Amino acid sequence: MEEVSVDLARMMYELTLTIRRFEETAIEQYRLGNIRGYFHPYIGEEAIAVGVISALGLDDYIVSTHRGHGHAIAKGHDTRLVMAELFGKATGYCKGRGGSMHVSNLAQFNLGANGIVGGGIPLATGAAMGIRQKGSHQVVVCFFSDGACNNGVFHECLNMAAIFKLPVLYVIENNHYAVSTPVEQSTLVQDLSKRSESYGIPGLSLDGNDALQIHRAMEEPLRRARAGEGPTLIECKTYRHGGHHINDPGAYMPQEDLTRWKAHDPINVLRDHLTAAGVAEAEIETIRTRVEAGMAKAVEFAIQSPQPSEVDFLQEIASL
Amino acid sequence: MAMLKYRDALRLAIKEEMERDPLVFCIGEGIGERGGSYKVTDQLFKQFGPERVIDTPISEASFVGMAAGAAIVGNRPIVEVLFVDFTCLALDQVFNQAAKYRFMSGGQGSVPMVLRTQGGTGNSLAAQHSQSLEALFYHIPGLKLVMPSTPYDAKGLLKSSIRDDDPVIFIEHKLLYMTEGEVPEQEYLIPLGKADVKREGTDVTLVTYSHMTLKCLEAAERLASEGVQAEVIDLRCLVPMDKECILASVKKTGKLVIVHEACKRGGVGGDVAAMVVEDAFFDLDRPPVRVAGKNTPIPFSLNLEKLCVPSVDDIVEAVRALG
Repeated sequence: MEEVSVDLARMMYELTLTIRRFEETAIEQYRLGNIRGYFHPYIGEEAIAVGVISALGLDDYIVSTHRGHGHAIAKGHDTRLVMAELFGKATGYCKGRGGSMHVSNLAQFNLGANGIVGGGIPLATGAAMGIRQKGSHQVVVCFFSDGACNNGVFHECLNMAAIFKLPVLYVIENNHYAVSTPVEQSTLVQDLSKRSESYGIPGLSLDGNDALQIHRAMEEPLRRARAGEGPTLIECKTYRHGGHHINDPGAYMPQEDLTRWKAHDPINVLRDHLTAAGVAEAEIETIRTRVEAGMAKAVEFAIQSPQPSEVDFLQEIASL
Repeated sequence: MAMLKYRDALRLAIKEEMERDPLVFCIGEGIGERGGSYKVTDQLFKQFGPERVIDTPISEASFVGMAAGAAIVGNRPIVEVLFVDFTCLALDQVFNQAAKYRFMSGGQGSVPMVLRTQGGTGNSLAAQHSQSLEALFYHIPGLKLVMPSTPYDAKGLLKSSIRDDDPVIFIEHKLLYMTEGEVPEQEYLIPLGKADVKREGTDVTLVTYSHMTLKCLEAAERLASEGVQAEVIDLRCLVPMDKECILASVKKTGKLVIVHEACKRGGVGGDVAAMVVEDAFFDLDRPPVRVAGKNTPIPFSLNLEKLCVPSVDDIVEAVRALG
């Protein structure tokens, strides 16, 4: 098993912290009325985006979910432009047309967040088919939830990716709840990765709060995909630190479960690893300061940015 | 010029585009070695192989979505759904993903896919295999919608659809596959959004598309023997629609009859009528009339099936009743 270098761990810590602070900052902005609509915070799940995406090449694709800010940031997006998109400003990645649930950045190979549970699974599977047709060795990583595992397209796509040996990795972000329905209620087999057996492909279940473990575990699925051997199903078990979306208090989440998972915070896992590797507290503090400065810049940029032009919009849609 | 069947004209369009552009590929059920249920993809598997003519399991929602995904990363898929009735299984991927991707991404990406399917009555295939569902696709912004009635139109429009950078829903008609027509030997394209005046006339405008075009032409023949010259406009493309062609004709004739096989309620004909009333009310000498399918699932018995969709008699009667 490949050891994660200290440099990589540092980068992953900064990225994980950036996602956490971005979500917390955006929640503040939401409460101030600068962000509207639906907002599904990725708080508590950061290790999955960072662990998976840190193992990818820059030109490997990702397909995300309604809870997609973490994937976007882990893919290297400019947090100012992500924040601007959440604000609905013209400077956002999608010019304010998409918002939180549809943030995408094709230049960085992020095919986008998706407002339909499971909606991205066929898109990712097709992207993998397209890539293979072009003779490329890129792969596609498809993120989706425990909830999406019970959607028809999950089964159809895993089957087709298997028979066509497509270069796609299916990553289940099992945060134990599909909105408010616990996974124990919706499924008899709790290790969702076991579903891989039905399709004749490998499956593995991981600690979704340990970015380092996730990063290491990506080696074989990526090798397999690039070698034309087909897909892998990777389940990352994790937990949300809050409700399904920003206005959901999560009353259905037992306090003792929340406490237990918060004690295993992905950010602390990485920080402890850095400390154990001899990284000084002062350096970790420098990272925190840098992240905070970035957040302030992101908010300022979003606030200063203009609304999208109504005239341009009306002209754009005239031909639709 | 060559006399080609509609299905062969479609095949030629696909073959030519696949030869021209290595990113074009076909995906659907039974389209490979079997050559497709209506034989449109016949022999393409032999020429292009399993990488570009792909047989799928029965997973419409997913393989239609996969076509969208492949299109977003730069390929040009032609996905075939055997019956338009089955597209219902894939509507999330068509309506919520393919139709909206370019818009939601702020123009970063596009979805250059063609969804080929067929619909319509005529073979006693009953309710779940005989529908005309174009109104569903018509209603969703972000989709283009093409319904050719002749081999010439089919080939030219399919080539244009494949080259178009937006998702195109291309609805064929099961009774048209074996019809024949003249098709040029040399390459040609028909731009999307242009209707075709299949027969010129001065007394009444018949606006129609797909299989009903043939019935309208037959009706026009009969009307001519009664001294009524009907102008038959084959829309060919419902989105974008050639409004100007319709309005120019109505200005000339003052009378509008819209004919489609799909149910009258919520059918495209209502939209055409409303548009003409809004934009050319004072050109009309009579209210617009729709001759359309009855609001019913299609029954199995042949005599009942025939009652459900416009006949040549129905079209002639509607024109006569205008006075």
